[in-house]
Amino acid sequence: MSKTRIVHYINQFYAGIGGEDKADVPPEKRDGIVGPGMALSKALEDVAEIVGTVICGDSYFSENEESASKVILDMIKSYDPELVVVGPAFNAGRYGVAAGGVAKLVTENLELPVVGGMYIENPGLEMYKKYGYFVETGNSAATMKKAIPDMVAVIKQVIAGEEVTGYVPKGIRVNFFAEERGSKRAVDMLLKKIKGEEFQTEYPMPVFDRVDPQPAIKDMKKAKIALVSSGGPVPKGNPDHIESSSASKFGKYSLKDIDNFDSSNGETAHGGYDPVYANEDLDRVLPVDVIKEMLKAGEIGSLHDYWYATVGNGTSVANAKKFGKAIAEELKADGVDGVILTST
Amino acid sequence: MRLEIGNIFIKDVQFGDKTEVKSGTLFVNKDELAKIAGDDERIKSVEVFLARPGESVRIIPVKDVVEPRVKVSGDGGIFPGFMTGVDQVGSGRTHVLKGAAVVTTGKIVGFQEGIIDMKGAGAEYTPFSKTNNVVVKVEPLDDLKQHEHEVVVRLAGFRAANYLGEAGKDVKVDEEKVYETKPILEQVKEYPNLPKVVYAYMLQTQGLLHNTYYYGVDVKQIVPTFMYPTEAFDGAITSGNCVSACDKNPTYVHENSPVITDLFEQHGKTINFLGCVVTNENVTLMDKERSSNMTAKLVEFLGADAAIISEEGFGNPDADLVMNCNKIEGKGVKTCLITDEYAGQDGASQSLADSTPKGDACVTAGNANVVVTLPVMDTVIGYPEVANVIAGGWDGSLNADGSITAEIQVITGATNELGFNYLTAKTV
Repeated sequence: MSKTRIVHYINQFYAGIGGEDKADVPPEKRDGIVGPGMALSKALEDVAEIVGTVICGDSYFSENEESASKVILDMIKSYDPELVVVGPAFNAGRYGVAAGGVAKLVTENLELPVVGGMYIENPGLEMYKKYGYFVETGNSAATMKKAIPDMVAVIKQVIAGEEVTGYVPKGIRVNFFAEERGSKRAVDMLLKKIKGEEFQTEYPMPVFDRVDPQPAIKDMKKAKIALVSSGGPVPKGNPDHIESSSASKFGKYSLKDIDNFDSSNGETAHGGYDPVYANEDLDRVLPVDVIKEMLKAGEIGSLHDYWYATVGNGTSVANAKKFGKAIAEELKADGVDGVILTST
Repeated sequence: MRLEIGNIFIKDVQFGDKTEVKSGTLFVNKDELAKIAGDDERIKSVEVFLARPGESVRIIPVKDVVEPRVKVSGDGGIFPGFMTGVDQVGSGRTHVLKGAAVVTTGKIVGFQEGIIDMKGAGAEYTPFSKTNNVVVKVEPLDDLKQHEHEVVVRLAGFRAANYLGEAGKDVKVDEEKVYETKPILEQVKEYPNLPKVVYAYMLQTQGLLHNTYYYGVDVKQIVPTFMYPTEAFDGAITSGNCVSACDKNPTYVHENSPVITDLFEQHGKTINFLGCVVTNENVTLMDKERSSNMTAKLVEFLGADAAIISEEGFGNPDADLVMNCNKIEGKGVKTCLITDEYAGQDGASQSLADSTPKGDACVTAGNANVVVTLPVMDTVIGYPEVANVIAGGWDGSLNADGSITAEIQVITGATNELGFNYLTAKTV
């Protein structure tokens, strides 16, 4: 069996170029092993070969992430690897972020497995753990002797195609078919819980973010109000093709020429409810008619020129958070004081 | 309440001159079935197709799946409230054409209808690639509104299933099962030393095409109530919803209610299964509070030591699941939950819309957002283009060659939260 081709990514310090004063060196590649690659290579000699090492200064990477990523990706690709190893970065924050960034780069562009090592509190770990098998290391290079065999064990499992153990969970939910159907598993789990035996939940419940309500607006007559909705209210024809479920985007639409919705100018993109009533009169989801009347009557100061809409149906929390942040930033930049947020 | 179930194993389905079961094959008189299924002035046309396991056939969009059953003795008939009056069902004898199913399809009603592939990657995800399917394609009159369209197709499916079920009335069965639940005081006495278990059976009732029925009553309008488990086996609970296909409960799954079946399996051995509390998933906070309070009250009143709580749908009903869990655990009753997950296509997002530390025993039916490519099939029954609009698909899901790339959300029964399927998920 031929040996697995590995490319190793390290920073300027471990390449022996220099410390903080050399952190601005641009990416370079060297054939074969450099620095900690020696110990890795020795422990892996039966199954793998480190064919090349890619090096980049930590500051250079963080300050030029886009251009550095492109160069690093090309350098990694040039060795035609089957696996990429990053670090170990221990508790070096910028190194961890760079090593994690490279893991992401490799995962998304080359679809190759990545193995790395970091201290549990390295910020790079939380940011990038989903992009590789990161072994938990000590917090300094003094623990290299432990880190290398731990990483080697994981690398060997990945190469052998075995179940991988001994890494920090990526936090990714992966489907598989169980031997028993769900109802049987539930009965079995309940029986263990009744008996006081140890049982393992299949889904550990998350702890949620809670958003505190902001202080009330004191004078609505001076406030600038915007309309935002996750009920899918879009202009007729759904110009941005917002998905009926699991939305990947939100839309921003002008309110300038609409004082009142009817079946000719609006519809819902939402796939989670009977659309008949929303399509007849979209004011039922987004109260444009009322807010325009209030504007005319001087009950609110002004109305933001646009409404924002997405579909909150099967939409992942991560996407929802991303949309919320982007919309909130725009609203803030446009001086909006308050938002009427409708859902369905 | 005691029910004998006689299973007649159906290994094949064929068209024939007479609708009958002969040595494991269900023969279907196509015209007669179409006539009976189409007996509604709101229906324009009905076509009937067959789809067997392993065939290169796709059914899209799937509305409901129904199992043919027939009452041989005992009160009432299959699907009370819709087909047969409202006598109490769940006792006597019922015959089942096990291995056969009616699948309804036709022009799309809403967005949340599904796909059944009889072969390939999709077939692995749907339980209904293993059944011999009689596909009833119903086209309603043009000007029907969505909610009426849904009713028309649903009832056509029930008529078709009951018509086929009749063919099993006098057939010798391959398997006998007996299920019995006694009135509560007697039931408790029967196994005094076993832990008492109740099933809190949550049904999708968000309204606007998200309805479920119990004896023909929209469950949105009930307060939680007690159900003898065997009532479900006679079709007391029927689907009437267009929730995402992966985790809506087709009528077939209620007829075979998996938690009930598996609790009966342990009944008298390791547990004393007392019965079910049927509850809803309404949208207003007041409804949610009222229903979860009533559910917890009934579970307590029945004297349960432990309960299984199953959800239907996702997002908004996660709040009902969490309320039921908190309140039932709050009564000192141990719970195990069944849900599924929407963790994003990469699996890295939070899976549920609500959460509780009390939900420490949770079974998952898998992440519905996972993307899969369903290969080209030789035959498509229905309308493949709806892959671009059904929940879990997107503009472009239907590829030029006829294959479909979409989330498994589009596959009927893929992440069934009654625990009917084998899919699950883990954190890596």
